[in-house]
Amino acid sequence: MGGSASLLPREALGEYQELTFLSKQEILLAYKRFSELLPKEERENACSARVPKSRILTLPELRANPFQHRICHVFSTSDDGDDSMSFEDFLDMLSVFSDSATSDIKSHYAFRIFDFDDDGTLDRKDLEKLVNCLTGQGEESRLSTAEMEQLIQNILEESDIDKDGTINLSEFQHVVSRSPDFASSFKIVL
Amino acid sequence: MPKQEKPNDIEENVGSDVDSEEGSAAENEENVKVTDKGGKRSTPRTRRGHARVRARCGGEEDEDDEDGTRRAGHRRHRNRRGRGRAARNEGSDSEGDPTRKNQANEKSKEDYEEEYEKGGKSGKGKDKKQDKKPDKKGKKENANKKKKDKKKSGSGSDSDSEEEPITEEELAKLKEEVEEKKKLIATLRNKPWKMKKKLSVLKEAQLFVEKFEGALGKGKGKKFYAYKVMMTKKWMKFQRDFENFKTACIPWEMKIKEIESHFGSSVASYFIFLRWMYGINMILFGLTFGLVMVPEALMGKPYGSLPRKTVPRAEEASAMNFATLWDFSGFAQYSVLFYGYYNNQRTIGWLKFRMPLSYFLVGVGTIGYSFMIVIRTMARNANDDGGGDDTSFNFSWKMFTSWDYLIGNPETADNKFASITTSFKVNMVMSLLGMFCPTLFDVISSLENYHPRIALRWQLGRIFALFLGNLYTFIIALMDEINLKLEEEKIVKYNMTIWEASLYNGTIPENSTAPPIQVDPADVPRGPCWETMVGQEFVRLTVSDTMTTYITILIGDFLRAVFVRFFNYCWCWDLEYGFPSYSEFDISGNVLGLIFNQGMIWMGSFYAPCLPAINVFRLHTSMYLQCWAVMCCNVPQERVFKASRSNNFYMAMLLFILFLSTLPAVYTIVSIPPSFDCGPFSGKTRMFEVISETLEHDFPSWFGKVFGYASNPGLVLPFILLMVLSIYYLNATSKSYKEANLELKKKLQSQAEENKRRNKQKAQKSNEQDENSFETEPPQQTGGKQDESTPNQDKKKGQGGNEVKRTGQPQEASSSQALQHAGLDLNGHYLPQSRGGNLPPPSIAVTRPPAPRGYGMLGYPPGNTCFPGMQPGMPRGPPSYR
Repeated sequence: MGGSASLLPREALGEYQELTFLSKQEILLAYKRFSELLPKEERENACSARVPKSRILTLPELRANPFQHRICHVFSTSDDGDDSMSFEDFLDMLSVFSDSATSDIKSHYAFRIFDFDDDGTLDRKDLEKLVNCLTGQGEESRLSTAEMEQLIQNILEESDIDKDGTINLSEFQHVVSRSPDFASSFKIVL
Repeated sequence: MPKQEKPNDIEENVGSDVDSEEGSAAENEENVKVTDKGGKRSTPRTRRGHARVRARCGGEEDEDDEDGTRRAGHRRHRNRRGRGRAARNEGSDSEGDPTRKNQANEKSKEDYEEEYEKGGKSGKGKDKKQDKKPDKKGKKENANKKKKDKKKSGSGSDSDSEEEPITEEELAKLKEEVEEKKKLIATLRNKPWKMKKKLSVLKEAQLFVEKFEGALGKGKGKKFYAYKVMMTKKWMKFQRDFENFKTACIPWEMKIKEIESHFGSSVASYFIFLRWMYGINMILFGLTFGLVMVPEALMGKPYGSLPRKTVPRAEEASAMNFATLWDFSGFAQYSVLFYGYYNNQRTIGWLKFRMPLSYFLVGVGTIGYSFMIVIRTMARNANDDGGGDDTSFNFSWKMFTSWDYLIGNPETADNKFASITTSFKVNMVMSLLGMFCPTLFDVISSLENYHPRIALRWQLGRIFALFLGNLYTFIIALMDEINLKLEEEKIVKYNMTIWEASLYNGTIPENSTAPPIQVDPADVPRGPCWETMVGQEFVRLTVSDTMTTYITILIGDFLRAVFVRFFNYCWCWDLEYGFPSYSEFDISGNVLGLIFNQGMIWMGSFYAPCLPAINVFRLHTSMYLQCWAVMCCNVPQERVFKASRSNNFYMAMLLFILFLSTLPAVYTIVSIPPSFDCGPFSGKTRMFEVISETLEHDFPSWFGKVFGYASNPGLVLPFILLMVLSIYYLNATSKSYKEANLELKKKLQSQAEENKRRNKQKAQKSNEQDENSFETEPPQQTGGKQDESTPNQDKKKGQGGNEVKRTGQPQEASSSQALQHAGLDLNGHYLPQSRGGNLPPPSIAVTRPPAPRGYGMLGYPPGNTCFPGMQPGMPRGPPSYR
């Protein structure tokens, strides 16, 4: 515990155990890690403090993730849109990414993470951004426009069951739930 | 949905005028119904009802107010994110709906309670017959209020039922509700909500359960019920603690996690496999150690008491040398570590421990347990796979599930980016080719072997064959050795009799009854004891294998890394990126090494009980050594791929190896006679005779008979036949299920498409119609159009709405214009019918007893500003009606 060891209240711990897929140890570890992200003077009341996005992204677990901004955005409950996270948001995130979370809830959040413009469907723009995230920053690894077009076309052909040009949540879940890799790779462990 | 309320109000008015003698007992029941119905409502209604409560009772409920503001805030928040966001929220409602309903449930209950109280008060003055009851009720209300102060979500009807005798029906209902809440609590973590919302719902549900759980078991069952509830709570807590304990017991979690973040899940899967292996070996070790080695060491005859427990005279001099011990000869050979040391005494020690039997059963149990655990794990993995064979989502899977979120190392992430890009490109090329020249596709598809996972399998297969060849060469050599030893044994046996004869002849001729001559056990000639020899071979092999592995790691990885790292400063080319470079972690080789090592353990552990112990030690050290080596001298692989599909591949190989290693072990146990002078089975013609011996001596005679009958081929054969048949049957059913699954999938798809098509058509049609003035259009069509064009959320309310419709219609006709607007505002379903004005008069068309809300509505005539439907800014209803 970074210096000032403020402890998580007991009943809160119980409730969090009830409400997340995390075990007691994981919650305590999350608490520790979270309070380490806070400046020293705020560690006393880590439960109510918010950690700015820039600090959250220093976590090694998120550092290399191409969806780090989206993850922060989706799980943040901040009112002023700065994507800062409270401890509860943090727990929510870890719970969804934990080993024991159901693939239903995982796919739900995966959808929201991939939905870059927050409009409830994955349209061509979202898919394009997604591909760009997956192919990395390097110029040489980028797909050409034609390739991108073709790829998105292929994906829509496969997944867009109702042929409305976008992938909605249920289509997404339908596709993802059949993937053997999804539950094991959509995972972040502290 | 205010329409629902409105008719109720009117019905109440009418009801209380016409027959106010209905009595409050009935009313109570009806109230329950109302609350029940309330449960089917969704949030908007709740909000409105909520606001109304506030309007009516001012600041009486602080908590409520707070809640309201929170909700308002929530709404604002939503609005801020714009319409798109709202649309999505609606989408997500489909999941969260039940619980929302629950929330709504409570709210509306509260609402109704409010009205109910008013009704009670106003009814008091009116009805003389009920003079007493209302009094009582007044008290009750007070009590209710108190409760409500403590608890924001009281439910009137339920608190009433606490005091009045509860009918069976209500009890059942209450019970159902409590169960529902409990279920809600249990499944809350599955909801994709923010923690705050989950917390508040949890608290509400917990309070509800706490409050009403006690009321459930009235009468004689009460104590028992309370006890049961308490025990369930304790049990839940225990389970949770136990889960926590279990996770705390998983070793090396952090190490593996670190590797996972650096190398992706495929390398980590090796370490997870290693850990799993370690667990299994711990159990095998526990079995052999606890049931064989320790009892023999504690209760068996001590060292030196028998020839088989003594180092022979010829070896005595070198028995303690390190070289000898390292070779597992000398003292090591004549110890509990090996088969030969065990005595064939039926029972040992004061516990009458049946050593030979235990030895045999542990040997069989080791193999049986291994089979069971491997198959179980495989089945579980297969379940997880979820039948991911179909390739219909090739691209989508690549897109949505190919990122490994565990990767935390930028370098690995770069590799992953590259590999994803390549796989995209390769796949695109493939699909293009497939599109333009389908005939070429088959040829090209062989290129798919290029996929790293498949390449890995090829590599695994190759090494596998190599290992297998080695193993079987080893076994064949051993078999030859065993045959030689058996020959030797015959000679030794013959020599023994001569030696014994000479012994007796020399000292006390022809007096066999005399006490045997004391000969130092070290001097007694003995047989070759092939079992110990086999055990020794396996132990040696295991140890040397371990050594080789470690040395390879040290030289191949560590020294190479050191060389590359430090000589890079003074070399003429870049060593780090050029020729030697750092090594990658060789998953396939390591996994196969582990699997073959395990096969060795399985094969040898019958003849060397120490083998699991040695293996546990080996796995333990290699966990640390390899973790260290990976982190300090290996680089992430060029192609990072996920391991989930390889898992069952490993398992399948393990199973295969287990089967292969069981064969020789079983063969030696069943068909080779044990040595005559060493081991727990000496003196028997076959090892498994220990079973029949035990049956004969330790079980009543009837048991032996039963066993004899049961093992009679006449019974065994039909049994086997039955098993085969059942396997066939199960196989057939599983196939048909699969087919049915596929069929359903197809159906689902076509249905979805059909639906969409129809919806589009209808939307188009309605749009066209919309352009015409809707005043002229026939009501029916409007209704139909309504159905289609209202957003999702309204559709969801459909059920509740229909119910409302039945009760609501008639009154509607007589209600004021304001009410019509209110109804319109919420849900357009009813309006078209009512607007025509040709509906039956109110008192006839009630298809269902109207849901009363007490007499209370007198004070709130329709059109009153308090009426929820009148609240401005409710974004309900189709825009076409605005």
